[in-house]
Amino acid sequence: MIEIGVFALFAALALVSAIVVVSHRNPVYSVMSLVVTLLSLAALFVLLGAPLLAVLQVLVYTGAILVLFLFVIMLLNVGRETPSGGGGRGQKLGAVLTAALFAAILGALLWGRFVGIEMPPLTEEYVELQPVARALLSKYLLPFEMVGLLLLAAVIAATVLARRAEKTGGERT
Amino acid sequence: MTIAFAAMLAKIGLWVAVLLNVTPVMVWVERRGSALIQDRLGPNRVGPLGLFQSLADAVKFLFKEDLTPSEVDKPLYYLAPALAVVPALTTFAVLPFGPEVQIGGESVKLLVADVDSGVLLFLALASLGVYTLVLAGYSSNNKYSLLGSVRAAAQMISYELALTLSVVAALVPVGSLRLDDLVLYQQQGSWLGFLPHWNVFPQFIGFLVFLVAAFAETNRLPFDLPEAESELVAGYHTEYSSMKFALFFMGEYMSMATLSALGATLYFGGWHFPGIDYTGHWAIVAAKGFSVLLAKIVAFLLLFVWVRWTFPRFRFDQLLRLGWKVLLPLALLNLVVIAALTVGGVL
Repeated sequence: MIEIGVFALFAALALVSAIVVVSHRNPVYSVMSLVVTLLSLAALFVLLGAPLLAVLQVLVYTGAILVLFLFVIMLLNVGRETPSGGGGRGQKLGAVLTAALFAAILGALLWGRFVGIEMPPLTEEYVELQPVARALLSKYLLPFEMVGLLLLAAVIAATVLARRAEKTGGERT
Repeated sequence: MTIAFAAMLAKIGLWVAVLLNVTPVMVWVERRGSALIQDRLGPNRVGPLGLFQSLADAVKFLFKEDLTPSEVDKPLYYLAPALAVVPALTTFAVLPFGPEVQIGGESVKLLVADVDSGVLLFLALASLGVYTLVLAGYSSNNKYSLLGSVRAAAQMISYELALTLSVVAALVPVGSLRLDDLVLYQQQGSWLGFLPHWNVFPQFIGFLVFLVAAFAETNRLPFDLPEAESELVAGYHTEYSSMKFALFFMGEYMSMATLSALGATLYFGGWHFPGIDYTGHWAIVAAKGFSVLLAKIVAFLLLFVWVRWTFPRFRFDQLLRLGWKVLLPLALLNLVVIAALTVGGVL
């Protein structure tokens, strides 16, 4: 009973804040709403019996990535009340495609439940710290290292791009 | 059930009481300590040794006029000081202050939240502290505040890496993310036969990295650039007055206490001290464990004060260079060496 109450509270919080993320005009408020969404999702992960996932979510997304979002928005000094232009055709197309994809995934899940396809529950292997760590460094070592390499490449590319802009700016003056 | 519940409330109450009292006591220590270092007297008029000065200051903060500048972003402006104390108040939940004790036939662990990924939870909650500074600077609509919070964000992200890597190295020989396992590990045996089995001896470099990063994370001198008064008036809290300003103050001292407690647990054996007998009545065991941990926290806090009044402030480029080019490689090297020694069976 308490569990349902807690679930309802955080599910509602996640939904409302997610709507604010896309609808608010001030990007700083959008980021802060995203913080609330991710924290609510972390609470839901705890309810599902995956505390490790919840902690990592807070540590990685809320504690690091969104801080960078906020940092960039502040540095660029994005306007406080940017008038919403309604978005271009590409944006509308993207929105429709995303909504269709989401509906397809949700539909597949519901249909699977309806025709009786087994959804295996979370086992220790997926939620406990040591099994997850062991799987990452043995069974999934190659994808794990590839993701690391990808991130390194992204960092180097970003540095190179920033440097180049700096240099051309210097020549002009 | 009822005993466990009562014990839980008592444990939470204990930490809240300690944390709320850290600020006034530390302000007094800081002012008297700075006076000692600079050959002055310091506050000595209100009460014995000036001890009631902080109490008077607290009352002053409560009754001062609470100004809200007209051009601020009000919701975020009010949110920022409230968030300032949250990370410090929540992270203490995973810090053990004693062994498992028996109360009326039930075994109770002397920490609030007994979670499997304790240290990760600590770091996750502590990493939310940067929102306070960023939001305060943004919502104040003041260039000095904004500059202060941009500095704070860059500084905290840079030093969090070194801090986390040094914490990881401290956990490697233990093989667990539970802080109580870490304390247990540091009780067994000794180094070279006479030194306590504390992490600080094999991981001295890791401890130094942790300490420097802790100063940066709490925005203390020599790394207090987000509020450098000679350039930024008061940095991110320029536009705050009265109790809202006091909350930033409390947040700073509470995070000092939090990181001190983490350092004491990671590197100095936590609540355990060799030679103290931790058996007998639960209340005495808890009192012993708590006093030892508190003594170690106080030692750290005194170091914070000592350093503040000894070193000049860094320049911002020097600060970032130190973080990325010195501390991060050192922390990585420390991690590799400790991991190799652990696999080799030396630690």
